[in-house]
Amino acid sequence: MITYFLCLVLFSIGLFCAVRKRNIIKIIIGIGIMEYAVNLFFILIGYRAQGRSPILARDQAITNIVDPLPQAVALTAIVIGLAVMLMLVALAIRIYERYGTFDITKINRLKE
Amino acid sequence: MMIPFFLILPLGNAFVTVLIAKADERLQDLFAIFTTLSLFIIALFTLMSVNAAPNHLLLYRTTGFLPPEGLALVVDGLSVFMLVTVNLVALFVAIYSSGYMKKYTDKWKFYALFFLMLAGINGVLVASDIFNLYVFMEIAAISAYFLVAFGTEADELEASFKYAIMGSVASCFILLGIAFLYAHTSTLNMAGIARAIAASGATRVLQLVSVLFLMGFGLKAALAPFHAWLAYAHSSAPAPVSAMLSGVLIKALGIYAIARIFFSIFGASVQICQILIALGVLSMIIGAVLAFGQTDIKRLFAYSTVSQIGYVVLALGVATPLAFLGALVHIFNHSISKSLLFLTSGSIERLMGTRQIDKISGVIRRAPATGYPALFSALSICGVPPMGGFWAKLIIIFACVQSGHPILALIAALVGVMTLAYYFKPMTCVLFDVGTDASIVMKKACIAINTAMVSLAVVVVIAPFILMPGIRKIFIDGAVAVLMNGTSYANIVFGAIR
Repeated sequence: MITYFLCLVLFSIGLFCAVRKRNIIKIIIGIGIMEYAVNLFFILIGYRAQGRSPILARDQAITNIVDPLPQAVALTAIVIGLAVMLMLVALAIRIYERYGTFDITKINRLKE
Repeated sequence: MMIPFFLILPLGNAFVTVLIAKADERLQDLFAIFTTLSLFIIALFTLMSVNAAPNHLLLYRTTGFLPPEGLALVVDGLSVFMLVTVNLVALFVAIYSSGYMKKYTDKWKFYALFFLMLAGINGVLVASDIFNLYVFMEIAAISAYFLVAFGTEADELEASFKYAIMGSVASCFILLGIAFLYAHTSTLNMAGIARAIAASGATRVLQLVSVLFLMGFGLKAALAPFHAWLAYAHSSAPAPVSAMLSGVLIKALGIYAIARIFFSIFGASVQICQILIALGVLSMIIGAVLAFGQTDIKRLFAYSTVSQIGYVVLALGVATPLAFLGALVHIFNHSISKSLLFLTSGSIERLMGTRQIDKISGVIRRAPATGYPALFSALSICGVPPMGGFWAKLIIIFACVQSGHPILALIAALVGVMTLAYYFKPMTCVLFDVGTDASIVMKKACIAINTAMVSLAVVVVIAPFILMPGIRKIFIDGAVAVLMNGTSYANIVFGAIR
């Protein structure tokens, strides 16, 4: 039970990092932590105590295997997370070229 | 079966466009227009076959397994209504882009991203599996982040970064909600989830998941407390992208997903409806208040979107057949009118070199092909009779009165008056010559841009005819029935398998 709880604590740390930090690189790291926490949560959902890997083979009785579906979901989510992360980092590089700073409070040309 | 083509055609176009990147630009333009035109025709055919099908539902199996184990694409009345709307707007945006995007380098990159976004939107509408919905939503959202930053100016990069951060946080909430939902119901198929929830009844997990989904999809739909990114992103993006984002993206990713999940899967409880009403009223008022005092026309139109989305969510929360009808008519009208407004704002910026309201004047005299479409679409959004927006708002107000919420009807009417008030300023400078404007040097008009705007303006003008009984029965009544049937969606889907 404590594992699930700690996983959600990790999610909250990522959320805090994404909404409270001023450096845009730290914000991106916060988004990454959130994504990892959700992926970890998916794997935890699929975990069964003493479960074996979910491979179906001939002459094998299926007893107590881990749930393979959350693993597939987590794989897909990792790929999506990679795409988002790449794009955010690319944007951060271009923003640094334009504004000369990583401070989100100084990147506010649109506020006027 | 035509359903897979909603994914095959835009995805195929995106990849082929990359392959023919070095070819003549006109080839890419023609290819894009041809693809969107075929998508629209396929959407119309699908509309016919959905009406002919038993239970008004089409199901396409992608694997040998049957749902809920196997993946399937499902199109019902609500999906096909959105598909027709999305692909209609995409057709005109593609025609417009072939002229407008000439000012940027690497037009093929725009087309590739545009069609990836279209594939994502269509995918959200045909998905029958909640994780598929998430994946397609991310495809559409990531392409949208890129498209907002397409010009790579300082403003666009800033808007795109803020949009991307907010959107990623929202996606994490939605994915966490899906994780809890899977742990609770042991399936990702929407019909399967609906059946499992109906069996287990309302639980605390469901409340947690509802809150996570409301936050996530509310942010994608730009509902009131989560609306901050919309004004930046939609006003900074290139005009055709703003038209797609404001016209269809937030409706498919936000409103459609909320309607599908809360009405068809969870079964809308009284609390959820009250929350939707509260969010809707808040969006209507905040959007209208913020739209006053904007000096940039695109920023004004963006805040107007927040306000108009509020009407749709309010009507969904009222949840009577008349209110659903009003919500759907408003979705259709707002999609075409707001896209047209953003397209004309791009044309004004291109011709006159400015987006500041006090520097624009006499558009209708100098460029009638831009001025008249802007006027008609603004009239429709303001709700001036007999334009489409008037009927949509009238139906929503009647539905509020009929269901015993006279105060909501009063608020809706007042926000309608405010809408008229804040559109007054931009329309004055479109209609009349104001101030000294000898300094404005007009650029030459472009045929593709004018064709797209004028033909979309014709659609806006004839839009009220969707309320005629014959067309309404085919086009809207199926969608109203889906929203009214609620959780019997599961039985209909499982009935279609056998």
